[in-house]
Amino acid sequence: MLDCGITQTGVFMKTEHRIVSKRQLSEEVYRIEVLAPLVARERKAGQFVVVMYDEEYSERIPLTIADADPEKGTVTLIFQTVGASTHKLALKEPGDSIVLLGPLGNPTHIEKFGWAVCVGGGIGLAPLHPIVKALKEAGNRVTVISGARTAELLIMQDEMNAVADENIVVTDDGTAGRKALVTVPLAELCAASPPPDIVVAIGPPIMMKFCAETTRPFGIKTLASLNTIMIDGTGMCGGCRVSVGGATKFVCVDGPEFDAHQVDWGQMMSRLGAYKDIEKEAHEKCHLEMSIKQLEKERS
Amino acid sequence: MPSGNVHQAVGEGTIMSHMETSFYQQAAQAELEKIRSAALTPRARMAITVQDMPCQDPEVRRHNMQEVAIGYTREQAMLEAERCLQCKNAPCVAGCPVKIDIPGFIRKVKEGDFTGAGQVIKQTNLLPSICGRVCPQEKQCQLPCTVGKALGGVDKAVQIGRLERFVADYEREHGLQTVPHAGPSSGKRVAIVGAGPAGLTCAVDVRREGHDVVVFEAFHKAGGVMVYGIPEFRLPKALVASEAGLLESMGVQFEMNFLVGRTRKLSSLLKEDGFDAVFIGTGAGLPKFMDIPGENLVGVFSANEYLTRANLMKAYEIGKAGTPIYPSRRVAVLGGGNVAMDSARMAMRLGAEEVRVLYRRTREEMPARAEEVGHAMEEGIIFDFLASPTKVVGDDKGKVAGLEVLSYQLGEPDESGRRKPVPIRGSEHFVPFDTVIVAIGNESNPLISRTTPDLHVDRHGHIIVDEKQKTSLDRVYAGGDIVLGAATVILAMGEGRRAAAAINEVLQ
Repeated sequence: MLDCGITQTGVFMKTEHRIVSKRQLSEEVYRIEVLAPLVARERKAGQFVVVMYDEEYSERIPLTIADADPEKGTVTLIFQTVGASTHKLALKEPGDSIVLLGPLGNPTHIEKFGWAVCVGGGIGLAPLHPIVKALKEAGNRVTVISGARTAELLIMQDEMNAVADENIVVTDDGTAGRKALVTVPLAELCAASPPPDIVVAIGPPIMMKFCAETTRPFGIKTLASLNTIMIDGTGMCGGCRVSVGGATKFVCVDGPEFDAHQVDWGQMMSRLGAYKDIEKEAHEKCHLEMSIKQLEKERS
Repeated sequence: MPSGNVHQAVGEGTIMSHMETSFYQQAAQAELEKIRSAALTPRARMAITVQDMPCQDPEVRRHNMQEVAIGYTREQAMLEAERCLQCKNAPCVAGCPVKIDIPGFIRKVKEGDFTGAGQVIKQTNLLPSICGRVCPQEKQCQLPCTVGKALGGVDKAVQIGRLERFVADYEREHGLQTVPHAGPSSGKRVAIVGAGPAGLTCAVDVRREGHDVVVFEAFHKAGGVMVYGIPEFRLPKALVASEAGLLESMGVQFEMNFLVGRTRKLSSLLKEDGFDAVFIGTGAGLPKFMDIPGENLVGVFSANEYLTRANLMKAYEIGKAGTPIYPSRRVAVLGGGNVAMDSARMAMRLGAEEVRVLYRRTREEMPARAEEVGHAMEEGIIFDFLASPTKVVGDDKGKVAGLEVLSYQLGEPDESGRRKPVPIRGSEHFVPFDTVIVAIGNESNPLISRTTPDLHVDRHGHIIVDEKQKTSLDRVYAGGDIVLGAATVILAMGEGRRAAAAINEVLQ
């Protein structure tokens, strides 16, 4: 019997997913810890949740689980404010409740591979962390490559340093670590002898695509975790479909991780951009509204 | 859209000019007064005018989300009820999946006792305002109707569905809805997986017996296909919420945003959480695609995705809804069922300039409710029968540019006696579209079966059940689309009811 989420008599409580803490990690990146005892208990590395900022008009936002604490009954989500919906989510404060469904998707297949290289770009470092942890616990030697545009956007570094055997930092502008793209150290590691046994890449699609291209000539098994457009996250809508090895797969029920060498990246990226124009407009409007609110607040 | 397009449509859609409710009302009142002067012979009953459903003007409604059918007036309902012959053998009841006492409730309507009529229906159907709107009556209760048979057509049958809807709406609008009585607590607990038609029906029936009932739903609203799939203009969401509210008043508990199989395993519900039985009503929920080239281009949607965005996520409330809807001008809908009709009519309401339904056979074979096809035609949806795409053609940005369509002709009759569509070789032609909605049905969602090892499913992934809806697992029952494949709301309700009876029996 669970100690939380279910009362002594075994009846489920109406689970209220309350935000218990919130921290801004960089200008655009937020970390929230949400009460979700059953999800915290069940989730495994690689799985995600769908959240909504309200029940009426919110979009359903898929977010990978960055961490979970089964004792406290919380899950940690790290997200970037890339559009109107994530902006509205960022406006939620501790004590507020959100809608949360999960854990969704298949857990990462963890075993003792030998040497694992885990590449995280930007916000992708958040979902990468539990995978690094799990690989380490399974007895692997784990090298992390942490990449970001600039030092300010580099997240999860204390956490990564705590678990990884090695953490190679790169930034586009050289403000932290090497001034390079993640594929540069990745290529160097692939050329080592013996080469890595597995590579896991999570980050912007373009980064994952180039990681796949980097490892392909070396024939190193490479996994990528896809974050496509989704509605329900349970297989019902098919909005998340991608071509993998020529077959159509649903990211929500067949993924989210796939063989990066088999993913049709061009198609995946064009599908991700399906609502770009509408979203841009909504995001700008949202930005404007927030600035007005801020101004009004300052005035009063 | 010019009305010329309507006539361009293949098929025999007789399109009547639009009449306001007041017209039907006055006609009904006059006829009612006339027939009330003497006792009616069966012949005289059959001579009464079939009451049409007052509807919003097609020109108006195709730009709004409000309900298309307005509902009978009191007089219309009473007049339509007079058409019923009160057959002793009641063939209509045999055609009803939940066996409503149809002559019984119609008799009450005739007498003007609408509350009484509601009570008769509620004995076997708790969701009449929904069934009255979405059941395919012409294939069920109205098909064997004696009046329809005598008058030579199912469209002349007593309009049972419209009467059912009238009675249910009357009850709700007059605040006469009664909460079904839950029996004294049995101390037993039942879990219902999925808050769709099968699950809700099962929940009511087991709750009546006094069992504790918890309904687990993955979405943030109860109703299943009735909230994500069937559009507002055909089934108002407030109505579904009100019916689900009745369940809560009965003491049924809802656990929303809870995915059994992921949030918690089915086996944990039975072994750790003290549930004595489980009913699985998770629906079809895994959209089928055509399996033709180009189906992953931007602008191709499953009907599930398109309708969920529009209905559940309210994407039509542009500016308020966070969920965007794809801006479409020329829309192709593939399929011939109710979901295809819903998608086409939704696309029209969301601002498409032209919507075409492509169907491989002809109107006669279309599985959609006749009324929906008629409504779609009235609204200017164009039907391309004997046509099916062979590929989706994309532009240089990975977006849909159109379809390559193959034409068919009717060939020799097959074993069933129906003439088979045969492709016309070399008839492939390009038709420009920017949006393609695939509405060719669903496969079963694999989530529960994948996470529940001993649950037997067939090769389509449908859960295998016996005649009492029991699965291969002890104390686990299933019903609705997860068993049937894509079927109807009412068949799902029928299965939910049967499962409830079996559960109540074992928990005695």
